[in-house]
Amino acid sequence: MTSITAPDLTGPATAARPRIGREWTLALPLAAFFAVFFVTPLLLLVAVSLYADAEMTRFGLDQYIRFFGDTFNLAVLGSTLLLGVKVTALTLLFGYPLAWLYTRSGPRMQSALILVIILPLLTSVVVRTFAWIVILGRDGIVNNLLLSLGLAEAPLRLLYTEGGLVAALVQVQMPLMVLPLITTLSRLDPNLLDASAALGAGPWRGFLKVTLPLSLPGIVAGCLLTYAAAVTAFITQSLVGGGQMLFMPQYIYQQTITLHNWPFAAAISIVFMVSVLGVVMLFNLLGRASKGYVHA
Amino acid sequence: MPDMQRPTLGSASFGLVMGTLAGAALLLLAAPTLVVLITSFTDGYSLKFPPPSYSLRWYASLIDAWQLQDAALVSLKLGAVVTAVSVVLGTAAALAIGRSRRAWARGLDALFMSPLVLPALAFGLASLVFFSTAGVELSFLTLAIGHIVVSVPYVLRTTLASLAQLDPALLESSESLGAGRLYTFRRVTLPTIRNGIGAGAFIAFMSSFDNIPVSLFMADARNEVLPIRMWQILENSLDVRAAAVSGVLIAVTVLAMVVMERVAGLSRQLR
Repeated sequence: MTSITAPDLTGPATAARPRIGREWTLALPLAAFFAVFFVTPLLLLVAVSLYADAEMTRFGLDQYIRFFGDTFNLAVLGSTLLLGVKVTALTLLFGYPLAWLYTRSGPRMQSALILVIILPLLTSVVVRTFAWIVILGRDGIVNNLLLSLGLAEAPLRLLYTEGGLVAALVQVQMPLMVLPLITTLSRLDPNLLDASAALGAGPWRGFLKVTLPLSLPGIVAGCLLTYAAAVTAFITQSLVGGGQMLFMPQYIYQQTITLHNWPFAAAISIVFMVSVLGVVMLFNLLGRASKGYVHA
Repeated sequence: MPDMQRPTLGSASFGLVMGTLAGAALLLLAAPTLVVLITSFTDGYSLKFPPPSYSLRWYASLIDAWQLQDAALVSLKLGAVVTAVSVVLGTAAALAIGRSRRAWARGLDALFMSPLVLPALAFGLASLVFFSTAGVELSFLTLAIGHIVVSVPYVLRTTLASLAQLDPALLESSESLGAGRLYTFRRVTLPTIRNGIGAGAFIAFMSSFDNIPVSLFMADARNEVLPIRMWQILENSLDVRAAAVSGVLIAVTVLAMVVMERVAGLSRQLR
């Protein structure tokens, strides 16, 4: 008995040290799993992209030269990255007031709001996209409304247009924007706004000079998540966008599954990943700068 | 008087603009779900909205839809396996890196989180290349492995967030009172992070159940998952059965969400 309790008597300081020292081993299983099934595949993808021909017989930078040498490919990349910007901007425009409304509501209203906000996040993307097919279709709700109001003579083609796709993506990704904004806005000190109001600033001035700048970290976090999700949203892009518009995820899928051109598909994937990571890093830099701004 | 006038006009316009935008956002968020639910009760053969008349015929037609049922079964089984493994690996890793401020812990954290921002389709393709290079045939196992990589970050994120709430003084006092490491874990650490793990497990399950980018490349003919089956239906025939399946999925999601909110405070964990 004494032999068991004895080491504890030496004090918590010495007992605690080996405990912290060995804790890192708990990360080993996941680290090993990621090394084999995440890092290795990505490195292989880079290797495959360096094959000069689709038959994978010799190495060369041909795939990248082919990608950047063709304006069609650059247009696909450009329109994908631009699509993300449009969706993110609109999501912020509508999402911010919603987050603002949430922080100003009572507890009952908040529970109802959070249900409406989170439900789309947890509902299958296919289901959400399917809803937009029903809404935007020839017989859909928008066309029926336009026809009955006499605003349109014949059903408009809304599905397979960029406007329809942007609307669908804004809805699909909205929760990713609203949730971080709610977190930041809830942490704001209400006294700051009261002080600004007491000093004579109206609600617009208080919002633009106090609330908006202080919520920058949340804005950056929300934009980051929304952007990354919007540019890679394969299902929504392919179903609502249709065959008329080509974006990077479909392009990768097409080259792999339909054309079996793995090296080119790999090269497109690498270019796409680097572009998205570039934007993400830019957002992160902005986030760090905005945090410095908030604490200053 | 003008001093009184300006703020009222300002606050009226401010409230109006913010309220309108927030209302539009709410409508945008809720409308699609309602539209799908209403459409699923249609009596017709098209996705006309609003439906000409109502019936339960498309829900009844699901009873014979064995392809959809098989796909749903594969997705459920897959979600269960993926969630179980993700919880074990993710929680262990969170315990390791949650308490450390060292560079290796931050590096691992960034690595484990990166599947969330990386285009999942590119990772799906990379996995396909990896397994075919290794000479491994696609199966339920390879599909599960791909899903685990993209689901683990959710468990890790929520568990790390709940670990941050754990006061280190509690661990120290437990130990100074003679409790062993396992006992401390069971009686102090686990109760604190239980909700975080629960919420993470739920989101990991939903993300696996809903995953398409990885399944596109990793699923073979014997392991067709529900979202892919649905996607094909929508792409080819716009079958109204898709609306009935969507109705079932929405109902189950709402139910699971309400239960998780009660049990683990889901909405608090998501932020």
